[in-house]
Parts: sequence; structure tokens; C-alpha cells
Amino acid sequence: MSQNQPSTRRLARRISWESMLAVLVLIAIVGGMLLNKDFPTVDNWSNLLANFVEIALMALPLSLIVITNEIDLSVASMLGLSSSLLGFLWAYKLAMPLAIVICLVVGALCGALNGFLVVRFRLPSLAVTIGTLALFRGFAYIILGDKAVADFPPEYAEFGLGNVPFTFIPSPFVLFIVLALIFWVLLHHTTVGRSIYAIGGNQTAARFSGVNISRLKMLLFIASGVISALAGIVFTFRFSSSRADNGTGFELSAIAAVFLGGVTVQGGKGTVTGVVLSLLLIGIINNVLTLADVASEILRIVTGSLLIISILLPNLIAATQERFRLMQRQREITTLGGASAAK
Amino acid sequence: MTKNSLIRTFTLICSITFLGAVSYGQDKPIKKDLKITSIPKNINNPYMVIQSGGAMDACKELGAEGKVVGPSETGASAQVPYINTAITQHQNALLIAANDPNALVPYLKKAMSQKITVVTLDSDTAPEGRNVFINQASSEGIGQSLVQTLAKEIGNSGDFAILSATPNATNQNTWIKYMQEELKKPDYKDMKLVKIAYGNDEDQKSFTETQGLLQAYPNLKGIISPTSVGIAAAARYISTSPYKGKVALTGLGTPNQLREFVKDGTIKEFELWNPADVGYLAAYAAAQIASGNIQGKEGETFAAGKLGNRTVGKDGVVLLGPPTVFNADNIDKFNF
Repeated sequence: MSQNQPSTRRLARRISWESMLAVLVLIAIVGGMLLNKDFPTVDNWSNLLANFVEIALMALPLSLIVITNEIDLSVASMLGLSSSLLGFLWAYKLAMPLAIVICLVVGALCGALNGFLVVRFRLPSLAVTIGTLALFRGFAYIILGDKAVADFPPEYAEFGLGNVPFTFIPSPFVLFIVLALIFWVLLHHTTVGRSIYAIGGNQTAARFSGVNISRLKMLLFIASGVISALAGIVFTFRFSSSRADNGTGFELSAIAAVFLGGVTVQGGKGTVTGVVLSLLLIGIINNVLTLADVASEILRIVTGSLLIISILLPNLIAATQERFRLMQRQREITTLGGASAAK
Repeated sequence: MTKNSLIRTFTLICSITFLGAVSYGQDKPIKKDLKITSIPKNINNPYMVIQSGGAMDACKELGAEGKVVGPSETGASAQVPYINTAITQHQNALLIAANDPNALVPYLKKAMSQKITVVTLDSDTAPEGRNVFINQASSEGIGQSLVQTLAKEIGNSGDFAILSATPNATNQNTWIKYMQEELKKPDYKDMKLVKIAYGNDEDQKSFTETQGLLQAYPNLKGIISPTSVGIAAAARYISTSPYKGKVALTGLGTPNQLREFVKDGTIKEFELWNPADVGYLAAYAAAQIASGNIQGKEGETFAAGKLGNRTVGKDGVVLLGPPTVFNADNIDKFNF
């Protein structure tokens, strides 16, 4: 009973965090409709979803990494590297499918480099991926310099720009939906998912219960590399433009979405649903404010404040609960003491 | 038909012809309450703020509803949400200084397909992405006018040098090429370009290159530096040297950077296009196209308020005109 208690409490808190996000998403949608008549249009929703598709893709593996108490800050640089490489290979007349495969393989290798440094040398992932953030972006500049490649084949540009027929869902967004489902099943319905939570909760305990921590972390970093490379390919087709500086700063938006989604900095907590809802919430807020001609600095302030609140609130709740528990115990002790004194 | 009615018919024909002549191309009315969105490269960039300010002044004159929105960073994709928003908001025209010549094209095409006039300014996109491009200055115009300014100051005779940026800077070399073309004219037969020095757009290097030029060529009468880093460094050296007032210095720079040197007499005149005028012209071009008065095709002429008439050139490029010349009399009117 007493062993069961913390996990049920954690579950309760998780549900409430997600339902809170769901309520906020609904409020944002209703607010958007009241504030702006153009908000509920098909075109606007298509733009809204397309605007954060790369960040959404990168946020998925990143969530899992943060749950294991690690971080990957190199995702946006990986995006830039993949975009540059794709442009470079295409400019050298390589067949597009082959170029795409090469980009994904390079993504896997770069992810493996992160994983190797973190797992093999026990280096903190924060430091390692700050390093590779600079390193991958540097590679991107070596490959393409300040040039840009733009003349991508029209069928790929159409994929980047178009919608799924008869819907407002942008074609690249389908990739996100599919991957989100895969990650949801992986995290919540497989032993791999349970191992991921176990590592984040208590690494030593996880090791003793037979979880291969090194292999799992390695795989997560590789997944992050591959999906960031995929995001780079999507970005390239969406803008028909391959440039070394593509996606600069996107890592911060992805991390913000992960934290707001209820994945905590301390690891061990968070769900795919929460992250998807937080991506949607940030996307809607940005869209509504942009439609209302709110200046982009204000947009940043809003996103920044959301991030701070999302980190602060769970800690405040936990601290209050802790204090309440202490007070209760204090009271129990006093009553016990009183009882024994009365004896 | 009586003689009287003949005269009346004649008068009528004359007046129709006259009316036709007046309304030709230029005095067609601008639609009222046009909605114009101006998207700078990034907001809070002082140069862009002045440019957008010029566009907003024009909107006021035109009775248009103008606004400035844009990203705070200059990534290739950062302007796209603002283009999409303008489409959703059913704006009539879009003025945009493109951060990337290609990445915006599909989105601008979408805007144009929804009857939104697209005018690029400062930095162009591929021509299919816009109706017209407002070019701040032609390379030819800059080359010619820099030589003319220096010639005026040194009385069309004597040795002079050019202080450029890097040896392979495309814009610098194009300007220098046009300066050399201009120098072939008989007016300048007594002027001699003795050296092109390269300060690499580094302050320190430009400073020492200036020093070197003045020592190596004791008869040097003037220096042209068509780069804002170069002209500022050269001015700093000359202002504290015995050459001050003896060697003329001109080139391209911004008023804020060169104000003190104009006031202390190191520089008499220098040039740059006025960014406010670039924005102003863009707004007028957009309003004329959005009102259906012109289509943005080569050879069409339109009225652009205080700037007078402009003609659309090849590839839909509209030229602002010769650069603005800054001197002690007017420099305090500019803050950029």
C-alpha cells in the first residue's frame, strides 16, 4: 500500500497536468475564435500546423531523452546540417531518394556520436551536446558556406507545401502524427518505455533491475539524430531552400515544448500526450498573437513565461504537498506524544 | 451640321483627348483604405526601422492602413508566418525585404494568387515571387556619382585612390568597374586612379591601409571608399593627421557614423541611398499596383508622391534614383 502510494500520486499529477494542458488548448482555440474571425479558417489551421512541424518532430525523441535525465541540445544544428547536406548532394546531381537516405544516415551517425560521448565517457549530455551544437552547425557551414541551394524538384516542394487531400493537415505533418503514435506506443506500452522511466527515476535502481542503460541511451540519441535529420529534410522542402543557418535556435523551442508538456528537468516524468498538447498550445498561441499583429518580442516573452511557469508550477505543487505531509506528520507525532503523556 | 455644332464637336474631341492625356498612367486615383503590410528583414534593426517608417509615411499620404510586422531574427523561414498571416488577414499589399531569395517564393506566390500585391525592397527574391522590386541604387549610378563627387572636390585633377573592402567583394568590384568607366570620360582626363587598396572591411586594416596610401603617394588628392567600414576608418585616420583638409575623402557610409567627420571638415560630402525613401517608393508602387493603375510591367510609369514619377524597368525593377548626398547642411536631418 505505502509502496504503491507515490506512483498513484504521480499518475494523478500526470493526468492533471495533461488535462490542464487540454483545457488551455481549448481556451486558446475559443479565445482565437472570439478574437479573430480568420482564426478558424482551413488555410489558417494549415499554416498553424505547418509552422511548428520541424520543432514537433524534434520534440518527440527529445522528450524521451529528457525523461532519462539527459538532454540533446544539438537537434537544431543537426537540422541545419541535414538541410545543407541535402542541398549539397542535390546540387551534385545525386538522385533525391539516395540523398535523403544519406542525410538520415548522417543523422544517425551524429546521434551516435552524442550517445557515444555520453555513454562511453560518462560525460554530461548538456556539455556534450552544447559542443555538438557548435560542431554540427560548423559542418553545415563547411558543406555549403554562405551559399544556398534552391532548385529542388517540384514534386518534393509540393510535398513540403501541400496539404493531405481534402484536409487542412499539411503533408509533412503526417510524418509527425505517425511518429507521435509510434513514440506513444513505445513509451507507454512497451518494456522499453518502462525502462526509460526507470532510468529517469533512479538510474542505479534501473541498472540493478537489469536495464541496459548504455544501449538504451545510445539508441535514444541515435533516434534524435535521425529524426532531427528528417526535420532538416522537411524544412528544406517546405522552403525549397537549403542553407547552413536553417533552423538556428529551434532547439530552444523544442525544449520549451518538452518542458511545458510536463516532462520534468529532473527526469522520470512526462508523457507523449502532454508534449503533443504543449506543441499544439504553443502553436495556437503564436498563431493567434501573430494574427492580432502582436510584435514578435511579445511572442518570445509569452513563450518564455510559459516555459518558466511549466517548470515552476510542478515544483510549487510538490513543495506544497511536501509541507502539507510534514505538517500532518507533525500533528500525528503531537497527538501520539499527547496520548503517551496521558498514559 | 451647323458651324456651331462643328465647333462644339471639335471642343468635345479636344477635351476628351486632353483628359486622356492627363489621366495617362500617372494621375489615376489610388483606392482608399488599402491594407498594406510591411515586413522588414527583422524588426528593431535601425536601418529597417527607417525604411519601414518611410513606407508608413507613404501609407498615411495614400489614406492606406499600413502596419509593420516581422520576425526578430533573420533566418530564411522567419518571415513566412508573417506572409501567411497577411494572406489570412486579406491584406491588399505586402512590402517585404527578403531574408532569402528563394525560401519565400512559394509563399509569396500564394499571396499573389490571392490578389495580394507583392513588392520587394532592399533585398529581392527571385522575380516570380513578386510584382516589382524597389532597388535602392543602381551600381552604375553609385559608381558615376562617387567619381563626380570627388571630381568636384579636387577640381577634376590629381591622383586619387580607392579604399575597398575585400578583393573579391562582388558589389565593391562592380562599383569600382563603373567608376573606371566614368573616368574614361574626357572631363576626368586629369584625374588618375593610382591604387586600389583593400581594407577587408576591418576597421584596423582599413585604418593602416589609409595610412599606407598617404605615405606612398605624397601627391594624393583624394580617396574614395565605397564601404561604410572603410570610409569611417579612413576618416578617423585623416582627421588626426596633417592631411586633414588637404586630402578629400568620399564614399558610402551612414550619417550617424560619419557625422563628426563632416562637422570637423574631414569629409565634405559622402553618399548613401535614403532608406526612408526606399520604403516610401515601395508603398507607392504597391498602392498603384493594388489600385490596378499599373501591373508592374516594364515601361509603365507611376506617380510616387514627393519622389515624382518612376518607371518600371527590366524584370520589374524600379530604381529609387541617384543616392542621397550628405553634407554639413543636411546631415542633421538624418538619423541612421
